[in-house]
Amino acid sequence: MIGLGLPRGFVVTLKNFIRPPVTEQYPDRHVGLLGAAKEAGMNPFQFLVKKPADSLKAIAGLATVPVAVKQSPRFRGNEFTYFEDRCTACASCAKYCPLGIIEIVSVPGKIDAQEGESYKLEVFDIDIGRCMFCGLCVEACPYDALHMGTNFERSKYVRDELVITKEELFDAPKRPSAFYRPQFEEKGFDPFKETIEDFHDAGRHEQKTYDELKKKWVDER
Amino acid sequence: MNQAMLDNSLWRNIYCVLAGDSAQCASRDYSAGLLPGGLEWLAFLLAAAAIIGLVINGILGGVIVLIWGERRLFGRFQSRTGPNRWGPWGTLTSVADAVKTMFKEDLVPADADRILFNLAPILIAAPALLVFSVIPFGVGTYVADLNIGLLFIMAVTSLTTLAVLTAAWSSGNRIAILSALRSVALLISYEIPMALAVVGVIMLAGSMSLGDIIAAQGVPFILVQPLGFFVFFIAAMAEMARAPFDLTEAESELAAGYLNDYASMKFGLFFLAEFMAELSTSAIVTTLFLSGWRGFDPIPSQFWFIAKLIAVLFVIIWFRMTLPRLRVDQVLKFAWKGLFELTMINIIVTAILIAIWPQPTTGQLWMMAAINWPVAIISIWGVSKLLGTPAYDKPQPTAEAPTYPVASESIPAGSVLGAEKGGD
Amino acid sequence: MAIKTQPVTVNLGPQHPSTHGVFRMRVMFDGEEIVDVEPIFGYLHRGSEKLAEERTYTQIITLTDRMDYVSSMLNNQGYILAVEKLAGIEPSPRGVWLRMIASELQRIASHLVATGFLLQDLGALGTPLIYAMRERENILDLFEMLCGARITNSYLRPGGVFMDAPDEFWPALDRGLDDIVNTIDELETYLSGNEIVFSRTKGTAVLPPELLINASITGPMLRASGVDWDLRHRAPYDYYDKISFERILHTASDNYARYWVRVQEARESVKIIKQCIEQIEPGEVRPSFDEVPRLIRPPAGDAYAAIEGSKGELGFYLVSDGSIAPYRMHVRASSLINLTLLREMLIGGQFGDLFVTFGSVDLNMGEVDR
Repeated sequence: MIGLGLPRGFVVTLKNFIRPPVTEQYPDRHVGLLGAAKEAGMNPFQFLVKKPADSLKAIAGLATVPVAVKQSPRFRGNEFTYFEDRCTACASCAKYCPLGIIEIVSVPGKIDAQEGESYKLEVFDIDIGRCMFCGLCVEACPYDALHMGTNFERSKYVRDELVITKEELFDAPKRPSAFYRPQFEEKGFDPFKETIEDFHDAGRHEQKTYDELKKKWVDER
Repeated sequence: MNQAMLDNSLWRNIYCVLAGDSAQCASRDYSAGLLPGGLEWLAFLLAAAAIIGLVINGILGGVIVLIWGERRLFGRFQSRTGPNRWGPWGTLTSVADAVKTMFKEDLVPADADRILFNLAPILIAAPALLVFSVIPFGVGTYVADLNIGLLFIMAVTSLTTLAVLTAAWSSGNRIAILSALRSVALLISYEIPMALAVVGVIMLAGSMSLGDIIAAQGVPFILVQPLGFFVFFIAAMAEMARAPFDLTEAESELAAGYLNDYASMKFGLFFLAEFMAELSTSAIVTTLFLSGWRGFDPIPSQFWFIAKLIAVLFVIIWFRMTLPRLRVDQVLKFAWKGLFELTMINIIVTAILIAIWPQPTTGQLWMMAAINWPVAIISIWGVSKLLGTPAYDKPQPTAEAPTYPVASESIPAGSVLGAEKGGD
Repeated sequence: MAIKTQPVTVNLGPQHPSTHGVFRMRVMFDGEEIVDVEPIFGYLHRGSEKLAEERTYTQIITLTDRMDYVSSMLNNQGYILAVEKLAGIEPSPRGVWLRMIASELQRIASHLVATGFLLQDLGALGTPLIYAMRERENILDLFEMLCGARITNSYLRPGGVFMDAPDEFWPALDRGLDDIVNTIDELETYLSGNEIVFSRTKGTAVLPPELLINASITGPMLRASGVDWDLRHRAPYDYYDKISFERILHTASDNYARYWVRVQEARESVKIIKQCIEQIEPGEVRPSFDEVPRLIRPPAGDAYAAIEGSKGELGFYLVSDGSIAPYRMHVRASSLINLTLLREMLIGGQFGDLFVTFGSVDLNMGEVDR
């Protein structure tokens, strides 16, 4: 029961003891004096002299700095980005949703409107409380009007508040995720820094030809 | 107030400040006391109360720090940070936990035997505290120096079994009973190697008083008695019922064992007792094998004691973090077939050495260490050969023919298990 | 002297810390020995197979994610293969390579989780589990790069995957593979030679290969008994016929062998991914919507496709009546079938080994109950 296998195990755990932890703290990170000074952009001595109160707090282990969670651009998050100028109210998203949580009601935009003329979107609700963020609605959108969002902090105390309405979609910051939108990745759009205000920037996805793809691939790998 | 108590600095300082003009204190340069003459009995009682308060609160405070420290260390061993949110470096986490525990609802199961159910937490917490009454924390800093100190510790720690059994029986819960049966088997088995492991120490020191044992350690006994230390350390881990011997709690098997039905501060007392046991075990190991409070001079002896204590605690936590749990039969086999033999070897070798050097000086202790280490290594190796499960020589990663004829011919490779191509 | 004893029946679960979900066992003990076991399950039944009858073929992908939630890529793959067979879809080569990479990564993650939780059941207080989970996090980061989700991926589509891997994925994958090998080395140093692990797992819950074959057990459990049965080799799907890899076999068929086979298979998966990276070529990742429309209407008929999942043969049987939704879907859940020998494995064993044996099956209640 005792032998050389156990000491080897002890060495492994001790190695991990010395290694820095991998925990990502959220929403803020506790820092010591050095970390706080680095965050303020000065060296520790300057920090001590210029901000004695903050230094004391840091020495006592109470200082925190906010952290941004590392997230992939394709992250399928909350806060859908929606461009009403692009939307034709075709309800592809509603049809494609596995759970049927998207509700769209559209009416003719004017009296005696003919088929193909302007429409008016009456209701566009997404019940986030039941959404599983599969992204099928975004994939289905033929005009690139609906995009997944990048946010994930949207907890509410009441379930009803989880429904995203048309007005909320209009007002929400346009920070779309690159999920199923290759044009964003090609343009180098960073959803964690920039926002897209105009629907023209959202662009349309044009499929590349095989030769273009091959060129890209031969160059890169 | 007798002379032995006045040698104890804890007693002397408190008692003589209160009743300084008594004859005994006057000879020790204490100025006039706070109490008028003739009230020595009151001073004695007050001093006793003060010492009890000091030690108990010191231990409980130590436990709070230990819980926090242990969780932080757990975190680091597992590449995590551990609790760091509440208070500086998370130090207030255990305080918050304690408050939360106290405000929880105090549940008693309907089938429980109420009196015993309520008695069990007290039964388990009391012996864990009692151990500290004989441990010397520094020069002259102890509650009492019993001449049978070691025997007292052995007697008091074995009371834990009774408490666990009481808790399990009174809960009226089958899982708890299973846990208590394991606990009894475990604790009784490991009492014996534990008691026998310290025989070597007693022989070397010639006394059971912990003060005398520390005085005899010109060389720390971990060097002179490696086998005794090895057995004692393992047996003490088992007595604490912590991993790899946490059969009684066995999170993954028994959920929490005998603690299943306890809530609120009753559970809190069990929890405290567990950590007090950890603290007392480290204190005993420090005293018996790491020469207690002895160290270099400018640093006070209490500091040395605490530093060694922390070192022992670190090793205990490291063990706990690394090793998986043993099965019940393996644990018992290990105690009776492994540790018992090792203690016997240790006793015989030590007895022979004592016969050669009856009153060992420091030099002779080094000689003993030189003899004992090879004996220890050889006997541990031998026992591990006897008891260990031999490994598979070489696991067989061969791609040769399977041992059992598989119907490989009946299923042609390239088709998926007889499925028809759908939808013609 | 024989002591007169009385067996005691204890109910373990569904709220028990190590039943890997909500599983319940009514166990009769004689002291520490197990006399009788009655497994009870169904606490996590969500009716996935029935729900599938009301969903289109693409929408069902999201249901398969949630069956075995520690290996959703593999579930996707099994389902997609069945759909492709049913509808006669010719997949795009690049999409197939990508989904092979993704599912092999998922297999590593699943085996790491299995190993970690086996050690947790052995009572190792979380240390090996967290080392394994730490590595799984890196794999999940790669998944997030690929498809934007970590666990419920829904990455695969009939005919390939929905989107090509981003440019930063490939260097990250190379780094990740090195990390995985390091972690497996670390776990092996820590555990494979560990005497306590060894004495706990050697010779416990031994199952003869004949019994395993009769009970139609598949996956690492079967290979730990020396039966060379791996669908990637026996009935290659996707491009596994273009890949050479070693089949991991152990003859002991005990808990240790199952653990060992899983760890070594994770190593082999790394090699498979490296070969995939070498052979992958540019192109479309899925057929155009002219070839494979969003709403697939397969001709009436049925199809069964099986893959070598992380827990065994994972099969999907689909019946189509020509509409946009399947008439019937049935899942051959490897966890459920591997669980059928639980009684044989446990009876006569010790209480201490109960959950170790249970963990060595590597079951996932999401897949068992569906």
